[in-house]
Amino acid sequence: MSAAAALPRPEGGPIIELLDLSMRFRQQGVLRDITLRVCKGETLCVIGESGCGKTVLLKLMIALLRPTRGVVKFDGRDLASLPEHELSRTRLRFGFLFQMAALFDSLSVFDNVAFGPREHNLCDDEELARLVAERLQEVGLPGGLEQKRPAELSGGQRKRVGLARALALNPEVMLYDEPTTGLDPIMSDVINELILQTQRTKRTTGIVVTHDMKTVAKVADRVVMLYPLSRLAPGAAQILYDGPPEGLEGSPDPRVRQFVRGEAGERLRELAQRRDH
Amino acid sequence: MAVAALPTSPKASSESPHALTPVHRVGERIFEIVADVGDMAVFAAMTLSWMFRRRTRWSVLVPTFYAIGVSSVPVVAITGTFIGMVLAVQAHSQFAMMGLETRLGSVINISLVKELGPVLAATMLAGRVGSSMSAELGTMRVTEQIDALSALGTNPIHYLAVPRFLACFLLIPLLTLMADFMGVIGGAVVSTQILLVDSFAYWQHSREYVGGIDLLAGVFKSFFFGAAIALISCHRGFNSRAGAEGVGRAATEAFVFSFIAILFLDFCIGIAWNSVYSAIFPNSVNLL
Repeated sequence: MSAAAALPRPEGGPIIELLDLSMRFRQQGVLRDITLRVCKGETLCVIGESGCGKTVLLKLMIALLRPTRGVVKFDGRDLASLPEHELSRTRLRFGFLFQMAALFDSLSVFDNVAFGPREHNLCDDEELARLVAERLQEVGLPGGLEQKRPAELSGGQRKRVGLARALALNPEVMLYDEPTTGLDPIMSDVINELILQTQRTKRTTGIVVTHDMKTVAKVADRVVMLYPLSRLAPGAAQILYDGPPEGLEGSPDPRVRQFVRGEAGERLRELAQRRDH
Repeated sequence: MAVAALPTSPKASSESPHALTPVHRVGERIFEIVADVGDMAVFAAMTLSWMFRRRTRWSVLVPTFYAIGVSSVPVVAITGTFIGMVLAVQAHSQFAMMGLETRLGSVINISLVKELGPVLAATMLAGRVGSSMSAELGTMRVTEQIDALSALGTNPIHYLAVPRFLACFLLIPLLTLMADFMGVIGGAVVSTQILLVDSFAYWQHSREYVGGIDLLAGVFKSFFFGAAIALISCHRGFNSRAGAEGVGRAATEAFVFSFIAILFLDFCIGIAWNSVYSAIFPNSVNLL
């Protein structure tokens, strides 16, 4: 049973809706006819091979990318129809932990975490100092790191500062882009625990893009598996699986089982065929 | 639970790109260039509009002004000094043959303040400042720092492009003035101390031929050069492709496109300035 089973179940209706969403970059299609609803309080893990469009899906949810076709709704409102200042305000309801943390190189740890509240004039200097210390403590970072530059931090520390920065604005929805990629198993577990802790204490909705099945087992209420469009037959659905994490192993689709077990399967046969040719 | 059980195969994919003929490729390239120019125009308009929509914080402006202005002082000073010195060396022998070496001051100084100072200082700054801005913004693009700004509800153009535009627009004319000054000094030192031109005559002819309007002509151009360097470099950085190659390419393009823009603007502003000058002072000759 997943550790997430101990978490409260989703509380309400959909907070994010993706309706018939397609995305292309020039000649290359990445997503096709994706329809997905994420409920308030739910933790959704999006899994799939590299290049299947997981990160693109995440960026579409916060309107960092505009879909080629389809609609993205947040709290019932179409993001494409929002004027720029309202879109910026809506984005403040999201927290985004980027794959490589995306900390601002030219700013210190303190300034990175304080960036959102400071930029939007949400608190004075004294409150800001308290908020930053609080957030850094929440992600388990010791004092004394505040004045360091991102280049001086380890991978795990960068991820945790990124998480502290994302949490500084008290978001309703947390988006995690491969939060454990590039970390050792211990630090991966620390990050998974922090994701769980965030869901528990802040009651946020979480969308976690990952290939790490341990993360899925630990944090997910629900799992969606995407398949790369380049390998998909015309007309076939890109979402191979949409259900609880417990059902992944018993999925009738062999591609889902192969992914969960980490078996290369037909890929090895394809490689051998290409070599022969 | 939604499960798709259809077979998959890379060969069966409907997403494979069509084979393109050379004509298609040329058309595609032309389309890309036109789209790029349009994108650049939109970027420029957005930068200008954000400049007035929201005030930029001093804490963001000051480091940018320092990096673009103060850090460029040595390189611009050296450039200006050597332009003046080289002009003196090259022109002296020609003028001496005609016994006109006392006129050196007018030629050196008018060339410096109207043409060589602004253009060469701007070229130097396109290399030093433009490439560095483009590489920095390109790195921010590929490491998702620009996306992070948007995700934090901050407009990246307002936060990144506006301070750089203001710094280039306001400081490049000042740096040009410094390049002019250093060039005048360099030219005078070489002419009067090494080539032994009479100092009084040198400055006398300079005073006669070089007026405030000439200095203004050079500085006026440098505002446009500064704006062009900032907009082109920021645009290339914002649209950098992934990887070290993408960032390197953005930095190179920033310099090359800025250099072309400087030459093009120099030509256009020269014509416009002459027309306006002739209209205001019909009896004077002013070739910029």
